[in-house]
Amino acid sequence: MSEILTCSGLTKNYGGVWALNNVNLCLDSGKIVGLLGPNGSGKTTLIKLINGLLTPSFGSVKVDGKYIGVETKKVVAYLPDNIYLNSWMTVEQIVEYFADFYEDFRVELAFEMLRRLGISPVAKLKNLSKGNKEKVCLILVMSRNAKLYVLDEPIAGVDPAARDYVISTIINNYNPDATVLISTHLIYDIEQILDEVIFLKQGNVVLHQTVDSIREEHGKSVDELFREVFRW
Amino acid sequence: MLWKLNKGRPLAEQICEQICLRISTGEFAPESKLPSVRETALLTGVNPNTVQRAFEMLEFKEIIYSVQGSGCYVSPDTSKAKETVNQLFYQKTLEFFGEMHSLGLSNEEIKKYVEEWKE
Repeated sequence: MSEILTCSGLTKNYGGVWALNNVNLCLDSGKIVGLLGPNGSGKTTLIKLINGLLTPSFGSVKVDGKYIGVETKKVVAYLPDNIYLNSWMTVEQIVEYFADFYEDFRVELAFEMLRRLGISPVAKLKNLSKGNKEKVCLILVMSRNAKLYVLDEPIAGVDPAARDYVISTIINNYNPDATVLISTHLIYDIEQILDEVIFLKQGNVVLHQTVDSIREEHGKSVDELFREVFRW
Repeated sequence: MLWKLNKGRPLAEQICEQICLRISTGEFAPESKLPSVRETALLTGVNPNTVQRAFEMLEFKEIIYSVQGSGCYVSPDTSKAKETVNQLFYQKTLEFFGEMHSLGLSNEEIKKYVEEWKE
């Protein structure tokens, strides 16, 4: 088993605010990992550092043994927490756009997933509902054959039935050599597919453990443990 | 039969119990092929690694056996699966009594309710 993500002494300071404070973290290949923490705990900051959208104040991030750059972006599939696609494009055009952009994009898989969800390839993005736009974004990300998938709040805007679909999409496309990092507040809906969880609190990693050992040790679900650790 | 999992207990353990339950009821017959790890993962909504771990636990207990390149099969001898199910039933009964006791009922009173419910 190889290490896909390594953060050492990772620190990010936004003009006086320590968004991440000396984070040391290693993730192995072949895991589904939950990145959990209250608002403002540093989840999105960590994700943006992994994707090279921010640079560290101190410390380093490596993906697959390499510092963040063109080579790591080839192996990281990123779902941001907002929709950045051109809304005048059709779903089909966006799929082709992604296929041009990423060597590892699987076009047939993308169309297959769209068909199963009943999303028309000729529909313009702006005419889709918010939930359907989010599903398109997730399909685009999961259609890549990446080593690390980073999903920032993938289920926040979709209905409970579609959440189940999102979860089965993640399981279905799960590749034993790839790691999926999912940030979310909806722990209860997603915890059954996680191998491990990371709890972030004010920029610090306060827990990094496998979920079944949490259940064994505490006799409670990850959701219950989260409410206990982060009680106000 | 639905796959009913409680998020407060290790999921791998619960998947083992659920498979044993299906073996003991005959839904999964001896020598029949089990659903694959991925199918079970999709059926239960559980991480494939967790399902894999459950299958390994079952194989270790000789409740199932795996055939290279083909999949997992139910062992001809189902006694160990039945033993696991008995333990589960015993555990559930303990939980039931524990809950009733915490509501302030005595064993006699619980028995009375069970008798009444039967009729």
